[in-house]
Amino acid sequence: MTTEIKCTVFDEECSYRLRDLCRLCRVRAQFIHDLIDEGILSPKGSHPGDWRFGAVEIKRIQISIRLHNDLRINLPGTALALDLLEEIDDLRRRQSHPEILHALEK
Amino acid sequence: MEFKDYYTTLGIEKTATQDEVKRAYRKLARKFHPDVNKDPDAEKRFKEVGEAYEVLQDTEKRAAYDKFGSNWQAGQDFNPPPDWDNNFEFQGGGYTEADASQFSDFFESLFGRQSEFNQQEQFGGRQSAYYGKGQDLHAKISISLEDSYKGSKQSLVLQRPTVDAKGHVKTTPHTLNVTIPKGVIEGQRIRLEGQGAVGSANGANGDLYLEINLNSHPFFTVDKRDILLTLPITPWEAALGASVPVPTLGGTVELKIPPGSQTGKKMRLKGRGIASTKMSGDQYVTLAVIVPTPENDTQRELYKSMAEAMPFNPRSSLGMSS
Repeated sequence: MTTEIKCTVFDEECSYRLRDLCRLCRVRAQFIHDLIDEGILSPKGSHPGDWRFGAVEIKRIQISIRLHNDLRINLPGTALALDLLEEIDDLRRRQSHPEILHALEK
Repeated sequence: MEFKDYYTTLGIEKTATQDEVKRAYRKLARKFHPDVNKDPDAEKRFKEVGEAYEVLQDTEKRAAYDKFGSNWQAGQDFNPPPDWDNNFEFQGGGYTEADASQFSDFFESLFGRQSEFNQQEQFGGRQSAYYGKGQDLHAKISISLEDSYKGSKQSLVLQRPTVDAKGHVKTTPHTLNVTIPKGVIEGQRIRLEGQGAVGSANGANGDLYLEINLNSHPFFTVDKRDILLTLPITPWEAALGASVPVPTLGGTVELKIPPGSQTGKKMRLKGRGIASTKMSGDQYVTLAVIVPTPENDTQRELYKSMAEAMPFNPRSSLGMSS
């Protein structure tokens, strides 16, 4: 079967409200509150009604769910793992392109 | 079908205790989890480890597997004897939460398939609130830098789990023609609504998430939306200034090199990076002065006369007098 489809890019500009985020990631709002309390998510806006979530938040929610289901990692452990994984990504990126450091110092 | 040695997969002896099986599995699952391990083979290894654990953690399945396992070696062509599972009670039950749709043909021929929708409630209140919706699937797609710059059409074949009338999960190849818009960057993700696993009980299909991986380019490197290029120039272009051609993803442009430029000087070509409809990037050019090797007397004389006419100490900052 062949299908022609269009796609949504999660770029730097994408922004979701709490209810849309819950629908997209198939989680309950309470779970999002728990992730925010743990420091895993940092939405823009000060009240739940104003909260806006970006591509990074969607990825963090999905990884949190997988780490829990596959490795039984709890929320504090997930928060630590996510921070370390992002730091490793950043170090790998700098190691593979040392010139990036200079370009950013412009 | 190849025989799979589950003990080797977990790196344990056949005499391992159930606790040792569990410990070995947990250690390897952490090591090869595709969110943790970026190696392209990690996901495959993670699934193999999960499949091995599925069998060895269950004493019934393990006993059945052990019954003939000693006569086989990994990779050997294998067909189970017709009545091999007599006296064992595990068909259709006793599964862990692992995704059984990912298990090998070898596993299936021995233990059958697990229905996908008898899973327990998962983390974050999933499933129950959206019962029947198919699973989300995740895949990576590699595209060239040129495709990222211009946008592209990609054709990809995915193994998509579907559920048959009896509730059994089967993977079927599915070809998707995806229009990837211009301006996608490394690590960015694309959501294809309804292209994940097929839902059950009139539930909607899951979604497919594609993560972009940009193939390396012979001379451009990428930092998010910015393109980085090292540009070789001659000493006289550096000293006197010049207008030189520079490759960009959008074609060749002229770059004005100011007089007195040195190796390492960074110049920006605004708006020549990877642009989407809303975001844009730049190209950064790092100059590299290349000194030509003199190949005859005339050329050697040129260097000598330059040395005489232009006294210069590049090592003064190191405290050297010459």
